[in-house]
Amino acid sequence: MGSDTMLIDVVAGRTARIARFTVGLVFVVLSLSTPPQAFAQFDLVGSWAARNTEDISRDSYPVDYVGIPLNTEGRTRALAYNESQLAMIERQCEGWPAFYFVQGPFGLRIWSDSEPVRGTVISYTIGAWEDRAPITIWMDGRPHPSANAVHTRGGFTTGTWEGNTLVTYTTHMKAGFMRKNGPPSSDQATMTSRFYRHGDLLTVLVVVEDPIYLAEPQIISKSFQLQTAPLLPTGPPCVTAFEGRQPGESVPHFVPEQNPFVDEVTKLFRIPKDAVLGEPETMYPEYRKKIKSTYVAPPPCKGNCGAAPVR
Amino acid sequence: MRALGLAVLTAAWLAQPVFAQRGAPPPAQTARASAPIDLTGYWVAFVNEDWRYRMITPAKGDYRGVAITKEALQIVNAWDPAADEAAGNQCKSYGAGAIMRVPGRLHITWQDDSTMRLDVDAGTQTRLFRFSASPPAPDAAPTWQGQSIARWEGGRGGAPGARRGGSLTVVTTKMRAGYLRKNGVPYSENATVTEYFDVGQQSSGEYLVVTTVVDDPRYLTQPFIVSSHFKKEADGSKWDPTPCSSTW
Repeated sequence: MGSDTMLIDVVAGRTARIARFTVGLVFVVLSLSTPPQAFAQFDLVGSWAARNTEDISRDSYPVDYVGIPLNTEGRTRALAYNESQLAMIERQCEGWPAFYFVQGPFGLRIWSDSEPVRGTVISYTIGAWEDRAPITIWMDGRPHPSANAVHTRGGFTTGTWEGNTLVTYTTHMKAGFMRKNGPPSSDQATMTSRFYRHGDLLTVLVVVEDPIYLAEPQIISKSFQLQTAPLLPTGPPCVTAFEGRQPGESVPHFVPEQNPFVDEVTKLFRIPKDAVLGEPETMYPEYRKKIKSTYVAPPPCKGNCGAAPVR
Repeated sequence: MRALGLAVLTAAWLAQPVFAQRGAPPPAQTARASAPIDLTGYWVAFVNEDWRYRMITPAKGDYRGVAITKEALQIVNAWDPAADEAAGNQCKSYGAGAIMRVPGRLHITWQDDSTMRLDVDAGTQTRLFRFSASPPAPDAAPTWQGQSIARWEGGRGGAPGARRGGSLTVVTTKMRAGYLRKNGVPYSENATVTEYFDVGQQSSGEYLVVTTVVDDPRYLTQPFIVSSHFKKEADGSKWDPTPCSSTW
């Protein structure tokens, strides 16, 4: 009986060792056979300074929808917008949608949250800045919530790696503006972003699709440059405050066909009216040929023509 | 022992592709064969950024967004498109430093296994990207499109069938002096243009984004960085070569 027990113990111990060895061996081999996909990814974390060499979201002119492929409904709503709406507390933050992170003049401060043992990234966060809400990019494979879930200004974003490109998809954004001067975006809009890193350069390609107000996807690309000094975003995202209009008062607006600013940009820069109003055809090369015979160059620039040279 | 044998067999089977990858170096692939992304085809510029600097000729003296030197400012203020045209310099705003910003279409093909060819219908320009480790000949005469050296980046690994990513890096030198913008904002013969070509595909279409970095110690106080985006077209039915023009 005793020897049998010992034999059983010996066999059991040996089996356990073999099992541990097997598990270990398989683990090592699986580790070695992991495709080098992980090495193709890059670190997104850091402070990325904006390089504002291209135009940024502007509100200098009430009617300037150049470069936004609006459909008729979007254009009509845009022309109805009156900037006095900013005095309404419930409308003050409409001008800074999620895609403002590539439209606005600010840089990106990005950090990650990681699983504590293996260090795998659970999420990236593009921090808030002034009027811009934070964007959290979930990397852990979670699904997007129900269509009926709450919509926020930052939306709900998931991300995956396609080789060395981070691809993110954002839904559940609040209705707002495509640009601060009123061209609208709906709560059905989605945003697909691609982050490409080349050394200390980060280029972000954003495609916004909106079945309500856009005739075709809006494409935005912008480059940022990694800097060693941390960006220090100032202030929380768009804090509303009383600015003169009481709840229940009428919404300031224009009758779209009577918007008094509709010709302003055309007069200032000689930009044809259909381009000012965001007609999609004005964004393609053929349009240059269409206006060639009628276009009159603007007079020489007299002020605000560029930063004074430093050397 | 059966468990041990099974483990060894499993390990050997799993390890096979790994050791095959890490064994003798594979035969050298051509640039064309090793392309991690497919750039070939027709692409149309979607001009919704810097519209008034690209789709129309901007006002003389307007250089907003470009950090220029005092010497460059003199050129900006002296810009004379008629004089450029008369001197045969009507392609100054179609050089490698600016061509990706010009509204038009790209046609990208392989000229041979180690040379990618990029044609632009606006201005009827041709760029050649050579996948070569050797630098351009020092005595090469400058041209509008200069000498371009290309290399692939990234795109390794990934699950079978998955998109691998990757991009194309192109460095161009030996250019003739040109304009970053139609209205005479200059870059010099000493400029270096570094470009990154990236693609993305989704249900709404296939996109190309080209990040351009122009370094010019003579006319720029800091690198000029812009990203230009394009949409893939099914064919060349809208391809429409036009000559360079200084005035339009």
